[in-house]
Amino acid sequence: MSKNWSTFFAGVRITSPLILGVAPFGLIFGAICVTTGVPEWGAIGFSTIVFAGASQLVVNQLMAEHASMAVIILTGLVINMRMFMYSASLAPHWTGLHPIKKGLLAYMLTDQAYAMSIARYNEPDGDTINKPMFYFGSAITMWGCFNITTVLGAYLGAFIPTEWDLGFAIPLTFIAVVVPAIKDRPSALAAAVGGAVALAANDLPYNLGLMAGAVSGIVADYVAERRQTNG
Amino acid sequence: MVDMNTYWPIVLIMGVGTFVIRFSFILIMDKLTLPDAVHRMLRFIPAAVLTALIVPSVLLHKNGVTSFAGWERLIAALVAVLVAWKTKNILATIGSGMVVMWGLQALL
Repeated sequence: MSKNWSTFFAGVRITSPLILGVAPFGLIFGAICVTTGVPEWGAIGFSTIVFAGASQLVVNQLMAEHASMAVIILTGLVINMRMFMYSASLAPHWTGLHPIKKGLLAYMLTDQAYAMSIARYNEPDGDTINKPMFYFGSAITMWGCFNITTVLGAYLGAFIPTEWDLGFAIPLTFIAVVVPAIKDRPSALAAAVGGAVALAANDLPYNLGLMAGAVSGIVADYVAERRQTNG
Repeated sequence: MVDMNTYWPIVLIMGVGTFVIRFSFILIMDKLTLPDAVHRMLRFIPAAVLTALIVPSVLLHKNGVTSFAGWERLIAALVAVLVAWKTKNILATIGSGMVVMWGLQALL
């Protein structure tokens, strides 16, 4: 097997435990769509076209409540705005790649594929691997998981009991990535400010709390680092 | 019930909009020379954004009204932080957090 494909499978392997947390989301989304009067293929189309679970759940809820189209779309897109930051963060690692390949990889971008890939890229030997292939393996694992479970949820219902709270595996995944990434004071500050502001701003409209937290964290970090270097 | 007359327009606009967000910097970064300050800020994205995702999803329960999600989730998350710090292992972090949460749920 070529080196590139073994890098691809490394991405698949590191991401596969995350199925535990994401599968319930797909099931719930598929099941909720059907209970709100959307046909099964409507649910499946939504997951394959948009492929962003958190926004899909909110958009479906707003559609069921007959919110205006503008509010529904705006709310959904604001939830996905965090991916601007993932895009900016990954972009320097994929320079020179064909735009069509970039487009395919971008379409599959998720919190999980981003987190797994950036953690790998930042390891000491991160620059020696085929970075797009590692991400591709991670992203397609998430893509398959979410879309297959959407189909299952739409036809069979959400058969995993919600009391199991498997969705808790998602924040745990991010903890596994963030904690080793906090190596100095500025990054610790970024995390602390980002988390605190996101919590405090949780009630902002259009789910803006997450963006508020993320941006404050980055700015706090930047200011702290400047102070450190300027003495 | 969802109005199917607006369903596909909404899904398609969401799909295009979300794709543009995802593609944005990935597409144009080759043609940009970013100032050093921006490059440094890019390094902070994982810690800031992922923690902004973690904290509300661990602490808050959103079901119409927002409320504290419970001590078992907070304690489980803190154990996961410790395990992540000591082992740097993703599977061990997820596994320990889930087991602690389930254990506390059974006890409390």
